[in-house]
Amino acid sequence: MSEILLEIDGKEVSAREGMTVLEAAQGAGISIPTLCHHEKLEPFGGCRICIVEIEVRDWTRLVVSCVYPVEENLVVRTRTEKIDRIRKTILELLLAHAPDAPGLQELVQEYGADKNRFEKDASFCIHCGLCVRYCAEVKKKNAVGFVDRGIRKEISFIPEISAKECWNCKECFPLCPTSYLQAVYVLTEALAFPSHSTEAMSDK
Amino acid sequence: MARLNSPEELRKFRQAILSKRDPDNPCISICAGAGCIASGADEVIAAFEAEIENQGLQADVDTKGTGCPGFCERGPVVVIYPEEICYLQVKPEDVREIVEQTIKENKVIERLLYEDPVTGEKAVKESDISFYKNQQRTVLCNNIRIDSRSIDDYLAIGGYSALAKALSEMTAVEVLEEVKKSNLRGRGGAGFPAGRKWEGSRNASEPIKYVIVNADEGDPGAFMDRALLEGNPHSILEGLIIGGYAISANEGYFYVRQEYPLAVANINLAIKQAEDNGLLGKNILGSGFDFNVMVHQGAGAFVCGESTALMTSLEGKVGEPRPKYTRSNIKGLWNRPSVLNNVETWANVPLIVNKGADWFTSIGTASSKGTKIFSLVGKITNTGLVEVPMGMTLKDIIYKIGGGIPGGKKFKAVQTGGPSGGCIPEKLLDLEVGFDELSKAGSMMGSGGMIVMDEDTCMVDVARYFINFLTDESCGKCVPCREGLRQMHKILTNITAGKGKEGDIEILETLAETAVEASLCALGKSAPNPFLSTLRYFRDEYEAHIKEKRCPALSCKNLIAYHIDPDKCQACMICLRKCPAEAIDGGKKKIHIIDQEKCTNCGTCFEVCPPRFGAVEKISGVAMPAPIPEDERNITRKSTEK
Repeated sequence: MSEILLEIDGKEVSAREGMTVLEAAQGAGISIPTLCHHEKLEPFGGCRICIVEIEVRDWTRLVVSCVYPVEENLVVRTRTEKIDRIRKTILELLLAHAPDAPGLQELVQEYGADKNRFEKDASFCIHCGLCVRYCAEVKKKNAVGFVDRGIRKEISFIPEISAKECWNCKECFPLCPTSYLQAVYVLTEALAFPSHSTEAMSDK
Repeated sequence: MARLNSPEELRKFRQAILSKRDPDNPCISICAGAGCIASGADEVIAAFEAEIENQGLQADVDTKGTGCPGFCERGPVVVIYPEEICYLQVKPEDVREIVEQTIKENKVIERLLYEDPVTGEKAVKESDISFYKNQQRTVLCNNIRIDSRSIDDYLAIGGYSALAKALSEMTAVEVLEEVKKSNLRGRGGAGFPAGRKWEGSRNASEPIKYVIVNADEGDPGAFMDRALLEGNPHSILEGLIIGGYAISANEGYFYVRQEYPLAVANINLAIKQAEDNGLLGKNILGSGFDFNVMVHQGAGAFVCGESTALMTSLEGKVGEPRPKYTRSNIKGLWNRPSVLNNVETWANVPLIVNKGADWFTSIGTASSKGTKIFSLVGKITNTGLVEVPMGMTLKDIIYKIGGGIPGGKKFKAVQTGGPSGGCIPEKLLDLEVGFDELSKAGSMMGSGGMIVMDEDTCMVDVARYFINFLTDESCGKCVPCREGLRQMHKILTNITAGKGKEGDIEILETLAETAVEASLCALGKSAPNPFLSTLRYFRDEYEAHIKEKRCPALSCKNLIAYHIDPDKCQACMICLRKCPAEAIDGGKKKIHIIDQEKCTNCGTCFEVCPPRFGAVEKISGVAMPAPIPEDERNITRKSTEK
């Protein structure tokens, strides 16, 4: 693997070929905010909060660092006025759904996001897909998935799989930035396989 | 069905078809495109077939249902060859007369001809009609000449001769170079040079490559690709096979939207016929080149017209775009080099191979070559498909071909480029159509939708409509598109409902910036265009809605009120009787008044008030005039004064 030298926020950073800008930054101790990123999972590129400015061959543009691969002589800026404005807007859009989500609060402080900027539509899920992808990619169970599309998109446990697989796993629970996942799970359990949960309780 | 093993055999086969056809024999071509079928073309075709049989003319007269020639406004369209006599809005009851008069006696039936609305002159030939006269039809021209389900018809007009030429007289690189030299740019949206896209795939190291037809045409009001798929499927197929040869791909796909069942049927039939004739499959025309094609139907998601979403969908997964920053011509379908071009782009390829890149570049502007098909719809006299050379002005398309705005209304804007295109105002009507020209004006070429709007169209409401469409069609994967559009739609809805607030425009601008800069795919990145372009050219309309609660176009239901002008009202009782809300007070000789409390703004009174009175008016942003005093409502007093 050849070494690639790039510049992030004025600092020379060394990376390996195939790494993403986010990984290179993290390796150099430069922090870029993420929401849908997880080191065990394929890059998703959904939340777009890790957006950075890159300059390559005199061409400046915005890309998401969790997907963009490092290249020689790349110049990366992780904080600009525009980036901060976009991150703040993204956070505010998510706060319309999950105004008090624990996983968002630190970033809300950092970027001065206003949880009342947009009309509320409290549905709690921010569609980061961590639960769905973790279950599919790491656990290979596909017990939870996305249904429908666009603004109607929701996470949903598949009762037939969930009844068998979830009770002793629940590894997705701590991944959820809003705690909405647990609610969906409990609801699925109550509706689709209540007896199982009672058995599981009595086993303890 | 003969399997053709060489270009020579193809040539002989074409000769055999032509020798059986007498070019002097009458041929009745009836458009069997979707628009004409909706206007009753099937019945007209059946009537012609029955009449020809009744008269015992089967041997001398050819009757065929053809592809769409574009003049949908006046369908069903019938063209009689060899004289090219064009009859419009033909009904089954006209058929006997056409056969008796035109076919047997060679007489033209005046009443079925096109009449120029300005000069009153009749046009006998299709090419004399102003709608067609100003077009340059290199791609669409064959639609009316062939039965789209007959490969013999396509071969008779020279079909597959470009393929034969490419395979026998040109190397793959020569084909690629010719397409590069032609500067053919993608007709599906972004206008990327096709030759460069092909070259990237050809040079990619991965040996298995694909060529794909993007036939997921989903823009509201757009039907260019549909007309080609349904009307001349072989032309697209021929382009695709040539593309496969040029980049060294042995597999091709048609990604057709599910909502086009006739297109799917015709493409499948075309593939079957081409296979039977040795124009597809192993060792095409004895060249040693193998190529197979499969058809895949979309499942109704607009976003699958986006290249990476289309390929994900083709792989059998949920049709969502990929976040990766790699070009699909290098890593596309199943991570292999894949050339995806739109229907119209592929249909241009045989023309370029046959006539040469120099011919192609002789048409168009400096950076946009060839012709472009537009679907001209909206507030326009001649609705239909038009094909014009790049560089024609919007004004010429709208007025010379489209016949201008009906009903004496004033032009306001033309929306080009599909839902994520933009609205171009009157002051820019001299703009020449081309990829870069339209982008500079804040719109885009897109796939060629062209929606004309008149003075009654509210531009804020137009933005709301298209943002609503895109919100509905967003895949939901990334936040700037899914959530940003949701909020933009809410704010735009509020503005059109009279609930706009100071600062709304600025919030919309922030959301637009976030979507443009941070969205994952082209859908999200271009989605704010309807807002941005209407704001750029019609900012005063936004401000009137927000600050004065006034809709300048008198269109937004919540911002207008209906009022009866007491000086014009003749107390005819029509509006009073028709009002579904029983909101109109009056009598036989008593001037009518609308009770604003009861009125639901349905507009019925406005529509039914006889134009010679024109007493009902819409008002917006101003106070309702005080009702006429009760003792002045008696209509007889008014008439005695006169």
